[in-house]
Amino acid sequence: MSTTEELQTLVLTILDAKGTIPNTKDLVASDNKEVDQLALLGALKSLSIADKEMVKYETIEEEIWVLTDEGNEIADKGSHEAKVFDAIPVGEEGIAISALREILGETAKIGQGKAFKNKWVIKRGDNLVRAVDSIIDQTRIDLEVIRSTGTHSDPKVLFELRKRKLCDKHKVISYSVSKGPKFSLTIEKQARDVTFEMLQSGEWKTANFKKYNFDALGIPPSGGHLHPLMKVREEFRQIFFEMGFEEMPTNKFVESSFWNFDSLFQPQQHPARDAHDTFFLKDPAICTQFPTEYLKRVKEVHSIGGYGSTGYGYDWKIEEAQKLILRTHTTAVSSFMLYNLAQQKEFKPVKYFSIDRVFRNETVDATHLAEFHQVEGVIADKGLTLGDLIGFMNTFFNKMGVKNLRFKPAYNPYTEPSMEIFSYHQGLGKWVEMGNSGMFRPEMLEPMGLDPEVRVIAWGLGLERPTMIKYGINNIRELLGHKVNLTTIQNNPICLF
Amino acid sequence: MPTVNVDKNELFQALGKHYTTDEFRELCFEFGIELEEDTSEKEMASKEVGIAKAEGLSERPILKIDIPSNRYDLLCHEGISRALLIFQEKANSPPYKLVEPADGHVQIVIKPETAQIRPHVVGAILRNIKFTERNYNNFIDLQDKLHNNICRKRTLVAIGTHDFDTIKGPFTYEALSPKEIKFVPLNQTKELDGEELMNFYSTDKHLGKFLHIIRDSPVYPVIYDANRKVCSLPPIINGDLSKITLNTKNVFIECTATDLTKAKVVLNTVVTMFSEYCEQPFTAEPVKVIYPDGTERIYPDLSPRTMTVKADYINACTGLSLETSELVTLLKRMSLSAKDVEEEAKILVEVPPTRADVLHACDIMEDVAIAYGFNNIPKTLPACATVGKSLPVNKFSDLVRREIALAGWTEVLPLILCSHDENFAYLNKKDDNLTAVKLANPKTAEYQVVRTSLLPGVLKTVRENKKHTLPIKVFEVSDVVFKDNSFERLARNERHVCAIYCNKVSGFEIIQGLLNRIMDMLDVKLVSASDDKKGYFIKESDDTTYFPNRSADIFLRKGEAPSNITKKIGSFGILHPQVLENFELTYPCSALEFNLEEFM
Repeated sequence: MSTTEELQTLVLTILDAKGTIPNTKDLVASDNKEVDQLALLGALKSLSIADKEMVKYETIEEEIWVLTDEGNEIADKGSHEAKVFDAIPVGEEGIAISALREILGETAKIGQGKAFKNKWVIKRGDNLVRAVDSIIDQTRIDLEVIRSTGTHSDPKVLFELRKRKLCDKHKVISYSVSKGPKFSLTIEKQARDVTFEMLQSGEWKTANFKKYNFDALGIPPSGGHLHPLMKVREEFRQIFFEMGFEEMPTNKFVESSFWNFDSLFQPQQHPARDAHDTFFLKDPAICTQFPTEYLKRVKEVHSIGGYGSTGYGYDWKIEEAQKLILRTHTTAVSSFMLYNLAQQKEFKPVKYFSIDRVFRNETVDATHLAEFHQVEGVIADKGLTLGDLIGFMNTFFNKMGVKNLRFKPAYNPYTEPSMEIFSYHQGLGKWVEMGNSGMFRPEMLEPMGLDPEVRVIAWGLGLERPTMIKYGINNIRELLGHKVNLTTIQNNPICLF
Repeated sequence: MPTVNVDKNELFQALGKHYTTDEFRELCFEFGIELEEDTSEKEMASKEVGIAKAEGLSERPILKIDIPSNRYDLLCHEGISRALLIFQEKANSPPYKLVEPADGHVQIVIKPETAQIRPHVVGAILRNIKFTERNYNNFIDLQDKLHNNICRKRTLVAIGTHDFDTIKGPFTYEALSPKEIKFVPLNQTKELDGEELMNFYSTDKHLGKFLHIIRDSPVYPVIYDANRKVCSLPPIINGDLSKITLNTKNVFIECTATDLTKAKVVLNTVVTMFSEYCEQPFTAEPVKVIYPDGTERIYPDLSPRTMTVKADYINACTGLSLETSELVTLLKRMSLSAKDVEEEAKILVEVPPTRADVLHACDIMEDVAIAYGFNNIPKTLPACATVGKSLPVNKFSDLVRREIALAGWTEVLPLILCSHDENFAYLNKKDDNLTAVKLANPKTAEYQVVRTSLLPGVLKTVRENKKHTLPIKVFEVSDVVFKDNSFERLARNERHVCAIYCNKVSGFEIIQGLLNRIMDMLDVKLVSASDDKKGYFIKESDDTTYFPNRSADIFLRKGEAPSNITKKIGSFGILHPQVLENFELTYPCSALEFNLEEFM
């Protein structure tokens, strides 16, 4: 087969001599073989591309009839029925069917029927005898016509022969070629890339560069990837740092019920403390080390009240507080941090935050996992107001790109007031809950030893939900946990609020 | 958060306005309850059990409303409509009153044996009540909601309501052995004793779940009337004798409890809600409870509690500057009647028996803010200046995470909880019961222990990504947890680094290369095991998690010679084929895991 360069030369030479090539199917290559039209197309394309325009071409589509292998054989050697006729000797005796089979093999079987039908032969006993003196093998004649002209004047013949799988219709593509505006006999070689050698030799100054295909994609890089949830976490961390927050030591998953619930003024019969919601530990099951005086004050405020509160009026049990659990919220750590703050000699305002894993004994579904990340912020200072909380939430969420906030009264055992934060979601066309916020209750803060003037505002939200909204993920299991798709991780865009 | 279903038409009729769904949602939002859904019995059922089974159910519109879990007074139509009317200043908070009986209190005498099982009882009588089919249903629903919420599925409090005209006081509250108690339970025809009753209801869908509260106790609590007829076997079921019907005129309510405070709240809630339908609305007849030691108490206590709250406190917390008179007006909308104690810039708040949620002045402050409108409060910003700071271990691991990702590895984030097998047997490890924190009550076997290694989670991630093109190069930097008695919570987190390489060949050198790279980035030098220079070195190990002779332990030598300390901080190697099989992996994998905190 000719190379692309040879084909290009062939086309250019003929065009130079004759001006046009009406149909490339008639082209004969230098080796006297037919030109492969597909290879020719490649050559024509590269001669006609936008910055070359040496030739112009148009596609010619033709239907031609082509013989199958069997059809070719019949055209060469005659039809099965003709072979049967030829094999039968002239005369009354004919030939035994079994003998015929020995001579012709399969052809005997296929040809007999058609020969009978054509009334060329008759059966006499076990022998076949010629019924006519001579025959015209029309099938062979028809096939020869098709082979030389690519078609047949009688469509019925074509139909019949195709049914017999002797010929078939093919689509043949060829081209008409004419000179382009930049026609020339010589093809200038185009450079594909800038190379070291070109820079060295200065060839880049004169080289004709192949036009770059700007529609194609580049080669994907082979770097590593950070998890989308961690990208969103990073963005939240930045917001907190920008606003002067200090990160809390939340690297302790095991917590006592005391710090997770009791210290937060969450009564011991609260449903959240139920085995249906909280993971209790079997080993280690309980802890017994608590700040003694503080524990006493917590017990009192729950059972009989104090600090201006009636308390819950129930029998507070140390056994409940001792139960070890996997923390259900990072507020357990906030509480611990505020207790430590209260133990300092001089009060200084603080801003704390954390983003870490929490655990709930939930039934797993598309929006719930037994583990998720909680984003939490806490500000403690003298004289903080609800207006500060609302104003701060606006600033904080604006940094996340969330505008249009509304606050709904809610209930939380350790905050009063408690507010759910809603934002208007354009896509869903409704107000959706973004997080929770509130002021910690005096019954939580004062037993710690904090001055009653110190007020603490706090808020929390899940990390997964904003991430799912951002990356269009519907099932939390496709974000957190082992069921995540690595390709998803690798293709998630950056997080920029 | 409890959800209450109220009849939409009935509610809007009570509110005197037909709201659109959006209008009503807004009203709820401002008040602090949440309209969950505008639906019907049929629609709800077709969502839960399918359209076919919902056929024939009522299409009457129902509003599903979420109620804050401390507002027991909003758990029924009566409470919601009353509170919303008051909130909109279309009604005044009703005065709840006791009407003393002319011929002495009905008595409930507590026997000392009840102390063993359920020591408290309180009661009240609603006189001349008028039931309709609808308010009767509300009456039953409210008891149901109370039982499921404040009563903690009847463990803390159980409510019994009776047709008072079918029974006769004084009543006795006793605790007897199950065999001794014989009666026909509500809606049954056959008399059962306590034991038979437990069997009879053991498969009951509704009552079965309450049997455990008393089943194994030697004595069962029981309330008898003066003729020794059983009124109820709390917290399971009432007697059929005192069954309430639409014709019932006088209702005897008893609440037995293990928590007296909650029993009083529950009684007050039922009384304040349904006394609305008494001939003299919002009144109840008190009952006298006589304790084993002879103490007598009158229930219910409907008198308001008074609280004095400084206007300064409310203003300082909310950031508003309201006069006492304005506070009084706002609180009135929250069903709290308040009086101006002007000269002292204080208000005297009367907390009605419906508002058990009010514990402290901060609850009054919140109600002022709600009535004022959270969204009307001027927005300010906290003035304090503080300095931001990251937790060192987090900052450090973020830097390491970035280096590993830059080295061409993909970060994964598996779960922290895993099965016991995944943490031990699947890694060819034995549990010595000294390391892993174990859960007491997981719902599935997927969550039995808190991982002590990052390997199982990362391996599971590789397992779930079999179709991903090879090689798979994944890592995680996160916490594992170890039991540790030196900590107050008897456990500690430890920040680990883990990476897995999975390909058609093991890639041992690749995982080793990652280790070398991380160490380079941590500026920790590779040193010889035999000398005493600071740095890290590796030593061939026979760790069962790895392929024999294809694993090494990683050691870190810290401090200056001669007082330096060498510690094993992790390991790496080709994973054992059995480990691969346990995690359903068919390609060879090499793994690396070490403790990052040793570098801090």
